[in-house]
Amino acid sequence: MKSYKIIDHEYDVVVLGAGGSGLRAAVGLSEAGLKTACVSKVFPTRSHTSAAQGGISAALGNMGEDDWRWHMYDTVKGSDWLGDQDCIEYLCKEAPRAVLELEKYGVPFSRTEDGKIYQRPFGGMTKNYGNEPVQRTCAAADRTGHAILHTLYGQALKHNTEFFIEYFALDLLMKDGQCKGLIAWNLNDGTIHRFRSHITIIATGGYGKVYYSATSAHTCTGDGNAMVLRAGLPLQDMEFVQFHPTGIYGHGTLISEGVRGEGGYLVNSKGERFMERYAPKAKDLASRDVVSRSIAVEINEGRGVGKEKDHVHLHLNHLDPKVIEERLPGISESSRLFANVDVTKEPIPVVPTVHYNMGGIPTNYKAEVLTLNGSEKTVPGLMAIGEAACVSVHGANRLGSNSLIDLVVFGRAAAKRAAELVKPGTPHEEISQSETDKCLERFDRLRNASGSNSTADLRLAMQKTMQSKCAVFRTEKTLKEGINEIRKPFEGMDDLSVKDKSLIFNTDLVETLEFDNLIRQAITTMDSAYHRKESRGAHAREDFPKRNDEKFMQHTLSWCDGKKTKIDYRPVHRSTLSNDVQYFPPQERVY
Amino acid sequence: MVQINLPQNSKVEKGKYFKDKTGSKNIRKVNIYRWDPSTGENPRIDTYEVDMDNCPSKVLDLLNKIKNEIDPSIAYRRSCAHGVCGSCAMNMDGKNGLACTKPHSEIKGDINIYPLPHLKVLKDLIGDLSTLYKQYESVEPWLKTTSKTEKENIQSKEDRAKLDGLYECIMCACCSTSCPSYWWNGDKYLGPAVLLQAYRWIIDSRDEDRKERLKKVADELKLYRCHTIMNCTNACPKGLNPAKAIASIKKMLATS
Repeated sequence: MKSYKIIDHEYDVVVLGAGGSGLRAAVGLSEAGLKTACVSKVFPTRSHTSAAQGGISAALGNMGEDDWRWHMYDTVKGSDWLGDQDCIEYLCKEAPRAVLELEKYGVPFSRTEDGKIYQRPFGGMTKNYGNEPVQRTCAAADRTGHAILHTLYGQALKHNTEFFIEYFALDLLMKDGQCKGLIAWNLNDGTIHRFRSHITIIATGGYGKVYYSATSAHTCTGDGNAMVLRAGLPLQDMEFVQFHPTGIYGHGTLISEGVRGEGGYLVNSKGERFMERYAPKAKDLASRDVVSRSIAVEINEGRGVGKEKDHVHLHLNHLDPKVIEERLPGISESSRLFANVDVTKEPIPVVPTVHYNMGGIPTNYKAEVLTLNGSEKTVPGLMAIGEAACVSVHGANRLGSNSLIDLVVFGRAAAKRAAELVKPGTPHEEISQSETDKCLERFDRLRNASGSNSTADLRLAMQKTMQSKCAVFRTEKTLKEGINEIRKPFEGMDDLSVKDKSLIFNTDLVETLEFDNLIRQAITTMDSAYHRKESRGAHAREDFPKRNDEKFMQHTLSWCDGKKTKIDYRPVHRSTLSNDVQYFPPQERVY
Repeated sequence: MVQINLPQNSKVEKGKYFKDKTGSKNIRKVNIYRWDPSTGENPRIDTYEVDMDNCPSKVLDLLNKIKNEIDPSIAYRRSCAHGVCGSCAMNMDGKNGLACTKPHSEIKGDINIYPLPHLKVLKDLIGDLSTLYKQYESVEPWLKTTSKTEKENIQSKEDRAKLDGLYECIMCACCSTSCPSYWWNGDKYLGPAVLLQAYRWIIDSRDEDRKERLKKVADELKLYRCHTIMNCTNACPKGLNPAKAIASIKKMLATS
């Protein structure tokens, strides 16, 4: 192996990822006086948080009465009772403070007539434990994520966070089951950097790119999740993949749920507002998994629109053009660019599109990473936040606008916990060279791969398999086929070809490393889905249409060393964090 | 003595030609600027023949197709693919824009793709934006207020509307790298992207530092190198108007 130039760094804490959660954590860590590095493969404002549109949930009560307990109930129900209620309590209780803090940072929220933060209705968000829609989702027009991300980057600059931008993380440094830092590759000059830290916080986002059609950015490759798998730790609830009901047909661009929040509705080829049949009370504002399944049924039963009858229409042309201009300018632009549609005149062609990963790195509500060793154990030195983490507050299905609040609440919680655990300036332990060697051996092998399979071909095979075998509806047969098929692209890496051998901005190698990360998550997703023989939230088994609380009120944990996976389970937490609220026992889930 | 000729290594040479292998009848030629710092070679223009029958509509789709099917070594930034992250800004057909929102059908003849003008090139289509990012930091893009209220700051709808057309900036740098003034004085003149952001904080009714902020940009080089050429506004892929924001700052300074 060619020797690589290695540059060493020592920090109290290293945050990997500079999206909403990573930046919020970095701000808190810097405030606490911890020497913090934030490492990201893209410039912070390019992170995928920028694509979040509709809003951020918090029971502020600016648009009518609201209570964080109602928000908690909605989130528990949305999760189909797979969420851990202690964590959900923490999320919903902390949410109002987190949003007010963002406003003080400078987020340009839309405003009510009396100058408060504007809130809109969103799917599954209700008043008084499921009664009628509530306006809980705080919005900056339909560019809420963009506004939050840019503001948080400004705050990080204010607090002098040290950034390492366009550094691609390779692996965690582990010692006796503890995390001691990470290794990253600087794309700007080709050097390798070894960051030693007392705590490493993974904030690398989701892995939507395992699918062919996703609203996710090209960079949503779940790099941190794969690093955790390679470190011999499990991922949790990977079978729960959210299909957003309204991605633009043919392109996958997200059309915010805010459209339906502001009064938009779905229509089939017969002109019916079909959601009235599936969710008589909430209609178009039912939970995302419910709406996506309803669309899939309409299409499967021949009531789709278009030449192929394979999508449906989203109408907002009945809304006042002024409302569209003020509250939904971004989706008007996207519809024009990617569907050639003037939303004030025509409906938008939409189809359920992969959007969010409920699964990820298991953590408790303090953002500490968990593993299973007889019972739940924390992994010293390792934390995870944001979409990369599975706290689990979203359980089997996330409610719209609960992801942005997840980022800031748990980004803040991670910083708080790290400040409790680490005394600034504590000296670092020695770590053996073998961890570095193991990491660079993989890097060097992929860089010099000179076989015949292109990364792009293997990635496409993976994406097509996930799309056809692990979609909105799943069966024993499709999943069994999927388990065999999804391993082929992984085996294809034995004969991989990487053409570019350079070290500066070698995007051929970046995409190969990203593929190596994706395929491991694709395998754990498929295998976890196969083993969950029930229907819950986003995981809909045609052969097991009912939820089975007796057997599956459990989180799936999956370890994967490449081809082989190990599946185990840990029970869902059946208690709350405090006496401020009672545990919500499982009920039938109707909207 | 003034050097009249360009240095030897800055000459762009003719590069490789990738002939179509699909047998398609619907071919377009795509010329792409290539430079790899590790080879010591001069920059070159590679030409790719692309089958347009199986290519989605945007320039980014075209680049992805070339990278996936013809030449994986080509380097460019890309992420969200729908015009919100600002990664894939480049020069297409002589005009700056986002590859993910620019339809290739709008380009007549051969499709020429270059990095954003006048940046140091790191590799192929990837430009060095570090100066622009430092300038962005220098305008202190965060809210400055002494209010200690537990509730949110109150802002009227009218005051909030003043931020429209400003906060949407995605920092793609299409505007700044289209500005001749920024080309010549990019180290000192803040340029349209950063001045738009400066104005975003100056005009925010919640901010209590307006006077200081204005004072800080009121500089012959930082601000007044804007000569109202308007290339910035023409270039903005989000339809924003940095020239107007700059004019507003100048007006506030002139009337304060």
